[in-house]
Amino acid sequence: MRKTSLDMVYELAKRDPRVVFIGSDLGPDTLTNLKSEFPRQFFMEGVSEANIVTMAAAMAMEGKIPYINTIATFLSRRCFEQIVLDLGLHNTKVRLIASGGGMVYAPLGPTHLATDDIAILRTVPNMTIIAPADADEMRRLMLQTVDIEGPIYIRLGKGGDPIVSRDDLACTIGKAIPMREGKDALLITTGVCLQVTLAAAEALAAKGIQACVLHLHTIKPIDKEAILYRAKTANVIVTIEEHTVIGGLGSAVAELLAEADLDQPKRFRRIGIPDVFPDQYGSQASLLARYGITPEKVVETVAELSGNP
Amino acid sequence: MNSPITPESILLDARSKELRRIIVQTLGAGKRGHVGAAFSVIEILRVLYDDVLRLDPRNPLWPDRDRFILSKGHGCLALYALLADKGFFPKEELSKFCASDGILGGHPEYGKVPGVEASTGSLGHGFSFGVGFALAAKLDGKNHRVFVVLGDGECSEGTIWEAALSACKHKLDNLTILVDYNKQQTYGTIEEVQGLEPFADKWATFGFSVREVNGHDTGELLSVLGSAPFEPGRPNAIICHTVKGKGVSFTEKNLAWHHKSKVTDAEVGALMSELES
Repeated sequence: MRKTSLDMVYELAKRDPRVVFIGSDLGPDTLTNLKSEFPRQFFMEGVSEANIVTMAAAMAMEGKIPYINTIATFLSRRCFEQIVLDLGLHNTKVRLIASGGGMVYAPLGPTHLATDDIAILRTVPNMTIIAPADADEMRRLMLQTVDIEGPIYIRLGKGGDPIVSRDDLACTIGKAIPMREGKDALLITTGVCLQVTLAAAEALAAKGIQACVLHLHTIKPIDKEAILYRAKTANVIVTIEEHTVIGGLGSAVAELLAEADLDQPKRFRRIGIPDVFPDQYGSQASLLARYGITPEKVVETVAELSGNP
Repeated sequence: MNSPITPESILLDARSKELRRIIVQTLGAGKRGHVGAAFSVIEILRVLYDDVLRLDPRNPLWPDRDRFILSKGHGCLALYALLADKGFFPKEELSKFCASDGILGGHPEYGKVPGVEASTGSLGHGFSFGVGFALAAKLDGKNHRVFVVLGDGECSEGTIWEAALSACKHKLDNLTILVDYNKQQTYGTIEEVQGLEPFADKWATFGFSVREVNGHDTGELLSVLGSAPFEPGRPNAIICHTVKGKGVSFTEKNLAWHHKSKVTDAEVGALMSELES
């Protein structure tokens, strides 16, 4: 997914001279084509994320469209005030390509885990947040990033993630994609957790529970209509995300439901990382399993809430 | 420097007093403000706006304008006085300083105040804005210049030195930073809180071409600003030695006047009486 996102930066930069790439201290093979063919659109600026974000804001105010790439934690927490003020307040057209959203860097420990990026960035006015499910969807979304006003945070998965998105479904920033319809339960997910959720829906179907899968590649602005339209008919609603349950997709959906004046009460759960710092290394998959971000846990949760354990 | 710089020695001329009176009127309207910072930085801004910056107040977004950023946004009373004086907005706005229906807040805001290039107030942002503006100008082959005024207390921020590295890497000789070196911050003196000396050496070691001036001597400021860029391929740093609260006996070097709230009519009167020409 990261490779696709950077390949897309090259494609976008080739056709639009306003597009510039800014890295911090990335691998020597990063966008060598852009660097050699369009050196005035390629910058490697050192481990100075705060300066980079503000510098990019200023370049955007001068008409450039900067795409910044580094590790997600350093592109969210480290330079948060620069994001709030210089991207959000100034409403600048800067794109943050955040490598390793969630627990991708599990072996590297908690300093490298972006488990709260959606929560903190969701508080920034003018910010758009997208989390593609796979490389194909990344390509479809990246094409749209040139035209959107204001800052965009682009959350990347591990890379090599199985392709589960579909090119026959409309993919527009700000619009949820119903991947599968079903009246018994509503499963809402984002990013690479679409894999988990689709697998869970298959397993639920085998148990006779038809689940709708709503994929939010865009977490902000949230597609309120798509969520509430399906929430009206579903009795069980579960969110699935690779993120702390505080402030992320699950919280965003809960906020919507709480204020929707729905006719019937719903049974609702958030599946995500609990309020802890992950305490193991291993792999992304092993940490996902540790915190129950798995098809089995989704099935178990939905079945229990449906009264069909 | 061969001879010591003594900003205390400068006697204010009529324009410097007039600008300070505008600052005091604005302060009186909002009943609050950073007086010490505005009084220390006013000659720097006066020379920039009177004689250096290429601007069109009727067209604040003229693409070829020089960019100016007051990174120490709390000095905005001085900036507002100059912007109003130049006609960026009607002088009546000054009487609505910090009012709910005004455009002039306790820190300057981009998009709200004509002539303000970036919202500052949180320290350590303006310099990086300046780097981005100057880099974009170089990329686009534009010859406008970028000027950033930093506070000395602000130079404790790590981003200042990140931006300094970046400015030198990109050889931004179209970028000039001016430090309002009044040697005082909120708690006490700069040296007592964290310390910046040897200050000029720090900038030179990073790769800046450095000058030191008396920051209240308008002739000296104009002379040094007129000679920038000092060296091709190097960003310019001008350390402006100033006096915090310069121009009024009881505000000079007085920490109580760094930021003042609930300013009384009597205080405004006392300030004004010292600034009568």
